[in-house]
Amino acid sequence: MSTTVQLPRWIDVGALPLMNLLLALLISGLVVLAIGENPVQVVEILLYGAFGYEEAWGYTLYYTTNFIFTGLAFAVAFHCGLFNIGAEGQAYVGGLGVTLAALYLDFLPFPVMLVVGMLGAMIFGAAWAYIPAYLQARRGSHIVITTIMFNFIASSLMVYLLVNVLRPEGSMTPESEQIAENLRLPFIHDIAAAFGIEMASSPLNLSFVYALVASVMVWLFIWHTRWGYAIRTVGANAVAATYAGIEPGKFIIIAMMISGALSSFMALNEVMGVQHRLLIDFTAGYGFVGIAVALMGRNHPFGIFLAALLFGMLYQGGAELSFEIPTISNDMVVVIQGLVILFTGAMEHMFRPRVTKMYTAWRLRRDAQEAA
Amino acid sequence: MENFELVILLLDATLRTSTPLILAALAGMFSERSGTINLALEGMMLGGAFSAAAVAFYMNDPWIGLLAAIATTIALSLLHGFACITHKGNQVVSGMAINILMSGLTALVGIALFAQGGKTPALDKAARFQPITLPGAEAVKDVPIIGPIYFELLSGHNILVYIAFLAVPAAWWVMYRTRFGLRLRAVGENPGAVDTAGIGVVAMRYRAVICSGVLVGMSGAYLSTAQGASFLQDMTAGKGYIALAAMVFGKWRPFPALAACLLFGFLDAAATRLQGVVLPGIGEVPVQLVQALPYVLTVILLAGFIGRAIPPKALGRPYVKER
Repeated sequence: MSTTVQLPRWIDVGALPLMNLLLALLISGLVVLAIGENPVQVVEILLYGAFGYEEAWGYTLYYTTNFIFTGLAFAVAFHCGLFNIGAEGQAYVGGLGVTLAALYLDFLPFPVMLVVGMLGAMIFGAAWAYIPAYLQARRGSHIVITTIMFNFIASSLMVYLLVNVLRPEGSMTPESEQIAENLRLPFIHDIAAAFGIEMASSPLNLSFVYALVASVMVWLFIWHTRWGYAIRTVGANAVAATYAGIEPGKFIIIAMMISGALSSFMALNEVMGVQHRLLIDFTAGYGFVGIAVALMGRNHPFGIFLAALLFGMLYQGGAELSFEIPTISNDMVVVIQGLVILFTGAMEHMFRPRVTKMYTAWRLRRDAQEAA
Repeated sequence: MENFELVILLLDATLRTSTPLILAALAGMFSERSGTINLALEGMMLGGAFSAAAVAFYMNDPWIGLLAAIATTIALSLLHGFACITHKGNQVVSGMAINILMSGLTALVGIALFAQGGKTPALDKAARFQPITLPGAEAVKDVPIIGPIYFELLSGHNILVYIAFLAVPAAWWVMYRTRFGLRLRAVGENPGAVDTAGIGVVAMRYRAVICSGVLVGMSGAYLSTAQGASFLQDMTAGKGYIALAAMVFGKWRPFPALAACLLFGFLDAAATRLQGVVLPGIGEVPVQLVQALPYVLTVILLAGFIGRAIPPKALGRPYVKER
């Protein structure tokens, strides 16, 4: 067999994903061309819509917050070798936790409420992830199928609760009551105003800070704690983990519950931060995009932050786009998402053999020259 | 007598709602028995439904629409195969990507072509699959018991319903009684052994995903040109996932999968009928509970509480030839 040289890190985690991303964007450009619009103009509007003015930044970072949480959620489970497709359902049920805490514990003072709301989301999200985790760990049912099923079960459950239980008397729309002022997360522009800085108002709220903190905590947890090590070991080789005295089942459950709790933080942003009540389908596919975010970010919090920013930009820019060019609806963003997942996730190995070959040839030639 | 009529109507609706599930579940079975996870059923169904409606509208012929749907889903299957079989990519991710891609692309192209907010224009009678009256149905219409069963329940469906039900024994025969089927199953259980016997694993798996594409294309066409009269944005509404659940529930076998599809179709039909109905002794049945039942049942089955569902052994593993 021919010898191959290991790729340096900058190619492995930098250049290769970037090549895949560019290919996805190139094909998106062709789609734009095919429906008769100008791709260059589309990119201009996208970038202006996402970063062109102060308010746009706020919206972009607000979307980014959701993607950081769902991306981190997917990544933690993935380090344990699990495909958690259920972030959507876990965030949805997490939203129920926040809402219940807000509606029934509204007598608590503001700072306590912040913690209680977060606990409400975490407990419900983690509990919803616990069942598929338990079934995977102890009964061997495949986590992909069970988490998909749990998304649908969550959706039915929430529709039932919103229509029959949480809907205030006399209201026709299936949504919960407004949550009290003291349970809302402060907007960033309000916080800035308190310090005398004027900022354009946007839905960006305190949960963005939570997202940054969560990223650092996930990084510490996965790479610098005993449990994180155990989770990575189980993900790399469950059999070897068993021999090393790590029980895979236990860590499958732990990883999934942390993943569920991280997904549920998305509900903090939406319910406590922006909508201030529980809406039907408020998760709006953020859970699924989290898969793309994590894969693009190579399951590392820093990569996830960059990928989340990219998707936040696409969401906010896409909204501007559908406003400016009527033939391009928000669906264009969905298409780009699909292509990005396809090329950076499913076809991530497409360029690898060729690049490895080229790099190997270059290295061998260089080594030969140096020897001569 | 009134109850009897009600039952006939409910079963009639069951046949209609389970048809797309049967076709898609068989599609999933072909792919997964050969070792390729197919989560893309939902997206492929959507793509098929869109192509069928768009082409049937332009050509005013449902059959050309059906061919277009099948061509679309075969292309998507090949894309899935290209990612999973050729490039050994992650099969779950590829499936999810195709679902998201098609959800956006069908709407986007729909708006570009027809400017009706992602819908396709309503199809004429000639551009849709019409109900077929089986021979002798009119004659026995008034015979008690047999009349309603034959006339209402069995007769009067469109051709795709009959194709779906015939596809089940056909799939069984292909899977268990032909050389192709044997090899297909072997490739999903032990690809190494198949390779040793001198049969190409990659070619076999590609053939399996193409079969899968043909079947799921028909289920998409059924939604938009037989059951409905146009394509609507995200009209599959999770049917691809229900079909997947039915396939798992049927333990990756054709006849049990048919039974699961009929059960899930029945629950769907019953949920529509039970909307707001107060049953004596039980009270109002929450429709959401009936809707969630297929998923709950599948989870219970997967947990091993109703028999064991054992997936094909090599499912989800790309084949790496030994060097």
